[in-house]
Amino acid sequence: MGSQASTLLRHEELEEIKKETGFSHSQIARLYKRFTSLDVNGVGALSREDFLRIPELAINPLGDRIISAFFPEGEDEANFRVFIRILARFRPISDKEKSKDAKGPEPLNSRSNKLRFAFQLYDLDKDDKISRSELIQVLRMMVGVNISEEQLGVMADRTIQEADEDGDGAISFTEFVKVFEKTGIEQKMSIQFLD
Amino acid sequence: MKERLGRVEHSGRGTEANRGECREAAAAAALTFRGLGLRSAPAALPGLPGDRATSRSDLHRGSLERVRRAMDGADLAGKILSTWLTLVLGLILLPSAFGVSLGISEIYMKILVKTLEWATIRIEKGTPKESVLKNSASVGIIQRDESPMEKGLSGLRGRDFELSDVFYFSKKGLEAIVEDEVTQRFSSEELVSWNLLTRTNINFQYISLRLTMVWVLGVLVRYCVLLPLRVTLAFIGISLLVIGTTLVGQLPDSSLKNWLSELVHLTCCRICVRSLSGTIHYHNKQYRPQKGGICVANHTSPIDVLILTTDGCYAMVGQVHGGLMGIIQRAMVKACPHVWFERSEMKDRHLVTKRLKEHIADKKKLPILIFPEGTCINNTSVMMFKKGSFEIGGTIHPVAIKYNPQFGDAFWNSSKYNMVSYLLRMMTSWAIVCDVWYMPPMTREEGEDAVQFANRVKSAIAVQGGLTELPWDGGLKRGKVKDTFKEEQQKNYSKMIVGNGSLNSESD
Repeated sequence: MGSQASTLLRHEELEEIKKETGFSHSQIARLYKRFTSLDVNGVGALSREDFLRIPELAINPLGDRIISAFFPEGEDEANFRVFIRILARFRPISDKEKSKDAKGPEPLNSRSNKLRFAFQLYDLDKDDKISRSELIQVLRMMVGVNISEEQLGVMADRTIQEADEDGDGAISFTEFVKVFEKTGIEQKMSIQFLD
Repeated sequence: MKERLGRVEHSGRGTEANRGECREAAAAAALTFRGLGLRSAPAALPGLPGDRATSRSDLHRGSLERVRRAMDGADLAGKILSTWLTLVLGLILLPSAFGVSLGISEIYMKILVKTLEWATIRIEKGTPKESVLKNSASVGIIQRDESPMEKGLSGLRGRDFELSDVFYFSKKGLEAIVEDEVTQRFSSEELVSWNLLTRTNINFQYISLRLTMVWVLGVLVRYCVLLPLRVTLAFIGISLLVIGTTLVGQLPDSSLKNWLSELVHLTCCRICVRSLSGTIHYHNKQYRPQKGGICVANHTSPIDVLILTTDGCYAMVGQVHGGLMGIIQRAMVKACPHVWFERSEMKDRHLVTKRLKEHIADKKKLPILIFPEGTCINNTSVMMFKKGSFEIGGTIHPVAIKYNPQFGDAFWNSSKYNMVSYLLRMMTSWAIVCDVWYMPPMTREEGEDAVQFANRVKSAIAVQGGLTELPWDGGLKRGKVKDTFKEEQQKNYSKMIVGNGSLNSESD
């Protein structure tokens, strides 16, 4: 009669995950339970099909891009560490963490890492730049068939013009961060995890 | 019967008592006896390995003794079996035939409720503060942000595409990954507090010795006492049904035949319900479905059918199955007209509608029973009602069925368990407790199409049963979601970033 969910994670692993992601014990246990329930074949890792089985994700216009974030190096499977690492980016930034200086590694849910997650959604070929064609492709995913190619081109050109500083016709990560200098993105890129 | 029980418990406790299998415990007991040099284990327990003589010189003597013991044993077994059957007949079968209850199950339920309450208190006292169990079951992992697309995309500026638009979609996507409304409906509901069944023990840790002992006792009671009883009853119930309906089917059509077929159906259903230790509360019996109507209910398991037919006779609709189900179906249709379809016919919607229309047009025929969800859902919510049943016309009699998960989980997860293992799980739960609410009849209103009518009925059932209402299709259990939903979202987003400007006029 044990608590199955967290005994399947060794205690050391649990501590590691806690330190790396900042989730509490119970949150990790519940996310692990969610992970296993999505893993219907019981292989210990999630495939793209496992994600697509969630209807609300399958109908999300950017569903495919979000799922790709879980398979960064082009593998077929995402294990629990990868899973929880991505989810950790959406943890809200607590005031305690804000005041901590850059002592030690940057937390996964820092503002910079949140922005990087969004940047990676646009950067299809992972070359650290958002080119015009990549921007149009992502726009196309979001609007479907409802807007013409030309109009998308116009929108993309305008966006790049506003953000591009070094004139290379693409948006680098630094330029991307600068766009949001004055806006608060924390709430938009955070999920309320309950204790 | 007491003797037999006494023997079972004795050998069970003598060895590894926390293995649920009565037989294994008994077999282990037999081995111990042999080890101690005793010649034979109690021969009244069936299926034990016979003892082998330990040396050649004892062989002859041993075999004579064995024969004598075997005969004694067989005699004893025969006596026990006949006592057992008489008791079953007297205490269960006859009252079922007359629809009378002797109150034995009520006493059982009272004891059960008290035990579970005690267990809950022990668990609550024993858990350390940080892992309070209430959190995991009743509250979700996250607080979802339900703001619609317009708000989420911040309508401050003049609408146009912004780089930050992707934030909204990624947040929604991640929220769905962590917790979504649909996939959780296809697996059993989590309990707020443990009900002393091994299978529901997910989060609960070791608390105290007493609790463990109660759990062990529970396992023994369920597997060694209740399971054989229930299997016997189910067996008797089904055989009676097949034999009874076949016999009644021989009669010419008359009101006597109808009355007899009703009697047979009701008796056998009551026996089968007792075989699951079912306690059913029917509410609002005045709204019970009438002849010529259609009864719709939410679907949780095949047992729903049993529960409804215990209180009234229905004509069932469904596919022709093979095997045991097929035999039952063929027998039932002899006594009163059910509507069974071949698999090929099911695909032809017009044919199905036509046959059902014909059935309800005949006011003498029993009301049809349909489950519009089309698949089993885990009884926490009601999913989309397929419009087919609502196009037939006629009066709809909605019925809400809600099981109490504390005593036994009735949900059939067909991808995890096949029918036989599902029935075994049912028979080794504490009991099946449920509420059935009959609701006032509804008909399609002017200007309402089938889909709207279906949704109206669905809401009514959800409200009555205290279930969540979901627009999602139960077919998502196995199939993919339709692209139209994604296209709808894309359309909404496009409208927002272009404003009143020209959208491509593509056909949806």
